[in-house]
Amino acid sequence: MSHDHKIQKAWQALRTEAIESLLNEIGVLDSAEVDQVVQHYEEKVGPRTGARVVAKAWVDPSFRQRLLADGLEACAELGIGGPETESLHVLENTPTVHNVVVCTLCSCYPWPILGLPPVWYKSSAYRSRLVREPRTVLREMGLTLSDEVEIRVWDSVSEIRYLVLPERPPGTNSLSEAELAELVSRDAMIGVARLPAHVSEGA
Amino acid sequence: MNGIHDMGGLHGFGPVQIDPDEPVFVTRWGSRIFCMTQVIDRLGVWNLDEHRHEIELMRAQDYLEWGYYGRWMFAMERILDRRNILTTAEINRRVDELSAGLKHLTPPANPGRNWPLKEEDKVPWGAWRKEAQVMPQFSRGQQVRVRNIHPPGHTRVTSYTRGKVGVVHRVDAQAWVFPDTRAHYRGENLQPVYNVRFSAQTLWGEEHAEANSFIYIDLSENHLEAVGASI
Repeated sequence: MSHDHKIQKAWQALRTEAIESLLNEIGVLDSAEVDQVVQHYEEKVGPRTGARVVAKAWVDPSFRQRLLADGLEACAELGIGGPETESLHVLENTPTVHNVVVCTLCSCYPWPILGLPPVWYKSSAYRSRLVREPRTVLREMGLTLSDEVEIRVWDSVSEIRYLVLPERPPGTNSLSEAELAELVSRDAMIGVARLPAHVSEGA
Repeated sequence: MNGIHDMGGLHGFGPVQIDPDEPVFVTRWGSRIFCMTQVIDRLGVWNLDEHRHEIELMRAQDYLEWGYYGRWMFAMERILDRRNILTTAEINRRVDELSAGLKHLTPPANPGRNWPLKEEDKVPWGAWRKEAQVMPQFSRGQQVRVRNIHPPGHTRVTSYTRGKVGVVHRVDAQAWVFPDTRAHYRGENLQPVYNVRFSAQTLWGEEHAEANSFIYIDLSENHLEAVGASI
């Protein structure tokens, strides 16, 4: 199995090299441009981007309102935005409502806000199962929710993207916006995790 | 089309496997395919619905085995070949020469190559036409049924919602491109998108639905029909 896996990767790497070299020679693209895009996704955009949005919403009620009304416009206030996300709806978790996002048809995801999705988000298991058995999938991923909590699964198959606004964890009243952003995980913004209560380092 | 890509509700894929330490790109070739696609996206070579549909046309076993970026490689190669920008024959020859370790590689040679693209042949990107207006036919709180359609081409109606009744949760009354026709260059058919709420019981039946769960899904107006009066 692992041997086949290596052969497959080698084959795909070779074919990619062939395509990229030919596209350069024809003048369709320049590998330096491609390098810049790689660098953008590896270094400039990722879950920390979304975490800034969440922390701001926790400390600034009027920003929170604007974010819930028009996610993309509010993100633009923070200089966040980019291609592939034309509209963004923000889903607010509460003690009684838990939101979680999937795309069953491909793997739609708010790239400019969260960066590229993890492999599991793109996996057949997550895409096939979350809409049918969300409680079971979340429990397997470490999040057990009581039946009193309504689960809302958002199958984002249009060009509208979704971001989960997690609940602010208890014990965070004294933290700054930047410190709060450090607590926000990618998984909580997809909706497969909740944020644990904060225990300060001195406690 | 009813293909393996339409995965909602399928059994048999096992637990969700998580690698907590995975890098942004697991393989270098995957990063090149993804980022080359990002560059080409801006050049007017394809539209996003066409690109998605090309992936749907993979053999089911290849779709499952090639991986996420392997699907993107397939779509890139097929569309570039169809547009006569870079042919599969040229790619195959280059692959053979690289694997043989040849020092001299045959330069691409295609006198009829469709590159650079003429302005009039460039394909517009994006899915929201901000300059256009549409009039929504359905409103928030209204019951709607997803049309029971099985088109052989591209569609964004998931099979698990077809024929099912839900309630309009949100109306996105902007002029959205209709993917089902744009993928095949049969027009943009601008229309609203609706977010429709379904109970788990409606979709999966009383016996197998999980408690207190709801599925919200975005659907184009052409995918919906009215049911009864507003509630």
